[in-house]
Amino acid sequence: MLERRAAIETLLAERPDDLFVVPGLGSTTYDVASLGESDRDFHLWGAMGGAAMIGLGLALAQPRLRVAVITGDGEMLMGLGSLATIGVQQPKNLAVIVFDNAHYGETGMQASHTGGGVDLIGVAKACGIADSLAVTDETGLKQLAARLPRFDRPLFATVRIRPEEPPRVLPTRDGVAIKLRFRKAVAASAGATQ
Amino acid sequence: MLETIDWPDRLYDVLKAQRIAQVGYVPDAGHARLIARCKADPEIRDVVLTTEEEGIALAAGAWLGHRRSALLMQSSGVGNCINMLSLIRVCRFPLVMLVTMRGEWAEFNPWQVPMGAIVQPSLKLADVQVYRADTPDDLIETAEAACDLAFAGELAVAVLISQRLIGRKQWVK
Repeated sequence: MLERRAAIETLLAERPDDLFVVPGLGSTTYDVASLGESDRDFHLWGAMGGAAMIGLGLALAQPRLRVAVITGDGEMLMGLGSLATIGVQQPKNLAVIVFDNAHYGETGMQASHTGGGVDLIGVAKACGIADSLAVTDETGLKQLAARLPRFDRPLFATVRIRPEEPPRVLPTRDGVAIKLRFRKAVAASAGATQ
Repeated sequence: MLETIDWPDRLYDVLKAQRIAQVGYVPDAGHARLIARCKADPEIRDVVLTTEEEGIALAAGAWLGHRRSALLMQSSGVGNCINMLSLIRVCRFPLVMLVTMRGEWAEFNPWQVPMGAIVQPSLKLADVQVYRADTPDDLIETAEAACDLAFAGELAVAVLISQRLIGRKQWVK
């Protein structure tokens, strides 16, 4: 099992310029913020269960950009249906990465379904996301990180992390400000216009 | 009667004129024709959802990617969206919801009534601007106005499509 802050650092160490990240509500928002706030992060302070679908909407809107949803097992479990929706759409530029500690860290470390026998990799594969893998060690994490600049079909991964709570790093909570700076970054990267 | 229903095609024309690039939907009889038109259009990405709540997050993602979207659902789906509407409100995302009403005019199934009856107040409590249309001409004008308000004003807007416009559902075939 990996330590979550070290894991996010390894995962995004060689972050490509065209990689836009949607961190899910809770600890993964703090993990991504621990690397410094980026205009290319649309971190969530709510909308539990919605991270993967925000990623899908963005990935379909801008096929030339890459999108990584980085969320926790609890947040993913609340939006399991979105894996079926992603499986049907088969976006080539969307990765969904679940930091899985089998617990709800935000609410006092209660056990989640992934500790009770629910296999997210099995769910993702059954939903048609063929490229689904479980990362359990540093080597596997580095391999996953190396794929972020060049994956060419929908990617799903779980990263097994220890159930612990490092000090929180709190990014801005102003939703409008996060949205505006993110859209500006998308426009700059894609030459996008509405 | 069904042959005379032209509003789904006219709604499609509104979506095209409004440059809608993504349409999220849960399959729905009232929206069947509009969904089929969107699916047949290579310029519209149609995204079938497992629950309407997914469509709220999808619309936010599309806007982050500088694309306009619309969300099609029936009235029962509104109840599935409530918490996710926080995302729309707190970030001021534009949102267009086209809602076919059930549980009102000539409803056969009483299970449709409880949610249908609270669609309007629920959406208003969630800070969604709500308009209702009872005739085809009114619906088209209202849908155009809703898109203008949503995308220019970055607001959430729902258009409730009266069950009268959808017609009686034939239960025994």
